[in-house]
Amino acid sequence: MSENKSPLLLELKKVGKTFAEDIVALKDMDLRIHSGDFISLLGPSGCGKSTALRIIAGLTTPTLGQVDWKVNHGSGSIGVVFQEATLMPWATVEKNVWLPFRLQNKSFQETKDEIEHSLELVGLKEFIKSYPRELSGGMKMRVSIARALVTDPKVILMDEPFAALDEITRFKLNNDLLALRETIGCTIIFVTHSVFESVFLSDRIAVMAARPGRVIQELIVDEPYPRGETFRTSASYGIICRKTSDALKLSMEN
Amino acid sequence: MVHTDIQLDSSNHETSMGSTTGVVDRNELQKKRKERAEKIGKWVMPFIVFVITIWLWDYIVSSNEIPHYILPGPGLVVDTLIQDLGILFSALKVTLQITLLALAVAVIGGVGLAILFTQSKFVEISFFPYAVILQVTPIISIAPLIFIYVDNRMVGLLLCAWIVAFFPVLSNTTLGLNSVDHNLKDLFKIYEANRWQKLLHLQLPSALPYFLGGLRIAGGLALIGAVVAEYVAGTGGIGSGLAYTILEAGYRLNIPRMFAALLLIAGTGVLIFVLLSFLSHLLLHKWHESALEKET
Repeated sequence: MSENKSPLLLELKKVGKTFAEDIVALKDMDLRIHSGDFISLLGPSGCGKSTALRIIAGLTTPTLGQVDWKVNHGSGSIGVVFQEATLMPWATVEKNVWLPFRLQNKSFQETKDEIEHSLELVGLKEFIKSYPRELSGGMKMRVSIARALVTDPKVILMDEPFAALDEITRFKLNNDLLALRETIGCTIIFVTHSVFESVFLSDRIAVMAARPGRVIQELIVDEPYPRGETFRTSASYGIICRKTSDALKLSMEN
Repeated sequence: MVHTDIQLDSSNHETSMGSTTGVVDRNELQKKRKERAEKIGKWVMPFIVFVITIWLWDYIVSSNEIPHYILPGPGLVVDTLIQDLGILFSALKVTLQITLLALAVAVIGGVGLAILFTQSKFVEISFFPYAVILQVTPIISIAPLIFIYVDNRMVGLLLCAWIVAFFPVLSNTTLGLNSVDHNLKDLFKIYEANRWQKLLHLQLPSALPYFLGGLRIAGGLALIGAVVAEYVAGTGGIGSGLAYTILEAGYRLNIPRMFAALLLIAGTGVLIFVLLSFLSHLLLHKWHESALEKET
């Protein structure tokens, strides 16, 4: 474990999840998330990384162990971005971003500034009146990110958000996500099956193995932010990717 | 129109395909020509069929000297329609009133029941089979019973039309309320939405396209229900509808009036369908796939 000076946000203690018919999706998972972390959960499909995310989001309860929040967490303290943009097709971009506030019974007018600011952060200010169908896949994803940001959440959970996008768009969104984090300093838990993406983005990578799903190794990416195209082509990036790949290979053999 | 993240290079193949090069692809040209022909044909062809049918009808009647109490010519039908407009329109008003009232009750009942179903699975599994039974039993066989137990003729007619019309609204709306994107459902859960918020902001908008599809079917069915019920009720006098007008005209061998009334019923059915389709377009055209113009 690295010595982290920022306060502990939440801690997974020996978390396990068993589905019906004795499928162990997750076993003895320990994870400490500090404020400001960008941590990736990396692993093959079926390693329980999405299950871990769902447990943190409160969408499902752990069978064993517990999720220990060190701060108050209510509605709006968690932002989520799924693999699909998951927008309401009947609502305009700004109304989609309004949703978290709307569910807190806050009117559109009183939250208009936050909504606009959030859309400005993802670079979509001109498209606030558009409907989702008018946007490209990458832009829809940006709206989804703006919606997750709008309540200024304690932690943002991202479940393979860019996996369905083409590579050019994915690189651009990776860069923009890091720039965004520099601006607002949010905490992100990022699920991915891409070694390159996890190394580029995160400061910590939890490599997971399947059957039963568990963390087998935690890697620290000790590279300074901001990271840009120079980092993507640097030697150290290649070395860390190699190291991570090896860890992942090990997890597959297990 | 779709905005894209990455602007296409102007030297890109797609943009250079336009008029600037002057090169014409034969395949594309053929496709375009075919599309244009289909677009015009969509209106012209049915009209030609219509004209031929009317002409053929008139020709058969006049060349065979068929008496008008067996088959009136199209001209006579139109004349009768104009002549009897007063009688026919007051009858149409009655039928239309029952149809629209039944449709309104079907919407309230169908949507209300569908909401109830999605709120409690137990309510759904308890009552859904009976909704199906009510639907599959022919209205013509239930109607005589209804008129024995219900004294008020208007209420009886309304009940019959409602039984026929409510099922498509119910089943389609139930389907729609249950077809919510599961990720959006998770999102609502994460933001701690209550049952009411979930219904109002998620389930009802998701169900809207399905509901409108059901409504279009229900509109036609309400008219059929109203007409069938009136046939069964069979009593005339003031305040009787188009079905009774047809029955009565039949007894008097006033065949032209039968045709004129039939024409009005068919026209009404088409009008209801067109209006409901227009409503559907108004509500969905901004966002729903079904209502989008095909992009090229």
